[in-house]
Amino acid sequence: MHVRPIISTLGRHKTAATLIVLEIALTCAIVCNALFLVHERIARIERPSGCVEDELVRIGLTGIGTKTDANVLTTQDLAALRAIPGVKQVASTNMVPYGNSSWNNDISTIKDDPNGTNAASYMGRDLLETLGARLIAGRAFTPNEYVDLEAVEAKTAHVPSIILSRSLAVHLFGTADVVGKPVYATGEEPQIVVGVIEDLMRPNDFGHPEEGYYSMVAPVQLPYTVAGTYALRVDPNRRDEILAEAVVTLDRVDPARIILKQQTIEQMRHDYYNKDRAMTYLLLGVSLALLVITALGIVGLASFWVQQRTRQIGIRRALGATRGHIVRYFQLENFILATLGIVLGMALAYGINLVLMAKYAVPRLPGEFLPIGAVLLWLLGQLAVLGPAMRASTIAPAVATRTV
Amino acid sequence: MFGYYLSLARRSLGKNRGLTALMILAIAFGVGASMTTLTVLHVLSVDPIPAKSHDLYFVQLDPRKLTGYQPTDRLPQQVTRYDGEALVRAGKADRQAVMTGGSAAIEPERTDLKPFYADGRWTSSDFFTMFDVPFLAGAGWTADDDLHASRVVVISRPLAEKLFGTTNAVGRSLRAEGTQLRVIGVIAAWEPQPHFYDLNMGGAYRNGEQLFVPFSTSREIKLSHDGSMDCWEASPDSTALNAPCVWLQLWVELDSPAKVAAYRDFLVEYSKEQQRAGRFQRPPNVALSDVMTWLAANKVVPDDTRLQTWIALGFLLVCLVNTVGLLLTKFLRRSPELGVRRALGASKRAVFVQLLVEAGTIGVAGGVLGLGLAWLGLWAVRHQPTEYGHLARLDVSMLAATFGLALVSSLLAGILPAWRACQVAPAIQLKSH
Repeated sequence: MHVRPIISTLGRHKTAATLIVLEIALTCAIVCNALFLVHERIARIERPSGCVEDELVRIGLTGIGTKTDANVLTTQDLAALRAIPGVKQVASTNMVPYGNSSWNNDISTIKDDPNGTNAASYMGRDLLETLGARLIAGRAFTPNEYVDLEAVEAKTAHVPSIILSRSLAVHLFGTADVVGKPVYATGEEPQIVVGVIEDLMRPNDFGHPEEGYYSMVAPVQLPYTVAGTYALRVDPNRRDEILAEAVVTLDRVDPARIILKQQTIEQMRHDYYNKDRAMTYLLLGVSLALLVITALGIVGLASFWVQQRTRQIGIRRALGATRGHIVRYFQLENFILATLGIVLGMALAYGINLVLMAKYAVPRLPGEFLPIGAVLLWLLGQLAVLGPAMRASTIAPAVATRTV
Repeated sequence: MFGYYLSLARRSLGKNRGLTALMILAIAFGVGASMTTLTVLHVLSVDPIPAKSHDLYFVQLDPRKLTGYQPTDRLPQQVTRYDGEALVRAGKADRQAVMTGGSAAIEPERTDLKPFYADGRWTSSDFFTMFDVPFLAGAGWTADDDLHASRVVVISRPLAEKLFGTTNAVGRSLRAEGTQLRVIGVIAAWEPQPHFYDLNMGGAYRNGEQLFVPFSTSREIKLSHDGSMDCWEASPDSTALNAPCVWLQLWVELDSPAKVAAYRDFLVEYSKEQQRAGRFQRPPNVALSDVMTWLAANKVVPDDTRLQTWIALGFLLVCLVNTVGLLLTKFLRRSPELGVRRALGASKRAVFVQLLVEAGTIGVAGGVLGLGLAWLGLWAVRHQPTEYGHLARLDVSMLAATFGLALVSSLLAGILPAWRACQVAPAIQLKSH
């Protein structure tokens, strides 16, 4: 197959050829970036939270008026909840993953560090066991290690120890091997790191994306009036029944309270990523629409060219070109146009990514996405041109002898 | 002539239905997607209080410790209770109000209603006049009520109807967190979007508050606080008067640039005074931002929404390039016919206009279909679980914009093909037939 006649033919249709190249380039650039964004969102939706999601439920509640016996009531609540069949562990906690509201503290390896690292600070007796966070080094808190939040705030008690999530430990010390080291998170004296857990997600998107796993667990216990949440680790098959039963149980312990939320962590996770899912569908929809429009554009132009060149095709056929030759001519022509479009499109894709990086905190487009876009558009072009090319190949050699 | 061109266009478009449908669909999808996202962007960037947004200013100070001070530090997003109360007391602006979000358990007198939680705002007396809050019955409280922490409350219409079965609830009593509060006003529907006066309640687009209580009262009866709080030191009670925590918003009304400058000077003076008293340690650093500046600085329009708009406009661009290509083939295919018209005396200009009318016809058809698609798109946005979804509706201006976009796009797409097509040399076209 000779390329030169194709190029010279295209040269006579500069406007149309330029338009199709431009369309392929724009589609290639947008689709590459869209697929990359989809990839990013899916990675975000699928990231692990660091807790046993299928076993967790939470109840958000509040008391009416000021409660003086909040600590006593919390102890009663916890005992009553633990007695429900199927409940494995319970904690009165200040937050849970996907909960959106968060308590944060600055933590550092040096005292009074003005540039401390902001991290989510989880609190609650038995919280680690309830969330099912996996220890990768050190130990969990011992029962007599816990201090009351009230006492910590009044500075009459000191938080002796702390457990860090892996990312936070690595950020602070450059290694996850930090058991026994002191850190400053609260109070005048340091906390000793007694354990490191597998990454535990922050309850919301606070700070930069790479800080999403900066969390710590402190041996601090707090009543439900301050914490606002009971987290329950339960039998995964009976989550809904247990939630309902837990609400009844709490009402029995003290009816003067309002249940604000009752959810499984899986529901919360689903809601948490709603916007990301919507964006994913939108991007996929737009990509598909772009490809369809571009394909139809190629079909339209190729059909026009076939019609315009009917006579030339007839002459070529009369001079001995086979049907295959005619089909391959159009295929090669399309391949050349697509290649030009793809080369231009890649440069454009890179440019769009640079703008997105500057304006919307999107990471750099990895090289892998460019070949994906290229292959997609080559295939699309070949598919689109096949119909018109086949039609061209059916033009009879006799056409050459007639005036059109 | 226009009518004749229209009938020519109709005939030509009818001749090649598949191609025509493809062009109309491409324009419609491009316009539909663009208008859906532009409408969302439009409703999200709207001025929540157009009559006064230029006169309302959000106040920022720097009350933090010198520890870790860097001149480039950003100012805290809120004020401390001490500063909030002191600046309202000083009364140096036309109006001023300190406020925070909160929620309270309400125990209805009606036995058929269980106790429930309601969102509220604890603020000072100028709030209602400053933000033009419309009252159905009664009125807001006075500065005197602020001073004496009166047990009064202003409630929303839905709450009045829920609790008392009537909007005329002034004089009735409401039990919040165990304290009896006297209802002194019922406000009509008032939900500025975005919720500009407090952006740290988890999303800028949220439903309004149900009850309003004097800030001083809220402290005495210990109503809970909602929203973000930043403390630079541990404190046994972070909502105490002298707590090292910022958690309140302070808004002031200043109706002239001179007053704004004077108030800024006053804030600098105040900061110096606090420095002398040992409360402030950093060099005076103050800021006054009007409503739209404050909204822009806080990026209330989600990045995703802007990104979606760019994607849709990119999509429209591809649709347009596609239409240019298809129109070009369509017009050039008609070279013989156009050659005859030229030979019979039609000027280049007449042929050009005729072809543009044809392109415009496609644009109008695409606009109608695009409008339907935008309406569908917005319906989908409204059914998404976002806090702003319910706001996404087409208004008259966006309706007109949809048509405008479709028409302008199609005319733009038509210019190049029409220009190329009207260049035909009549003689050659006539000869080959």
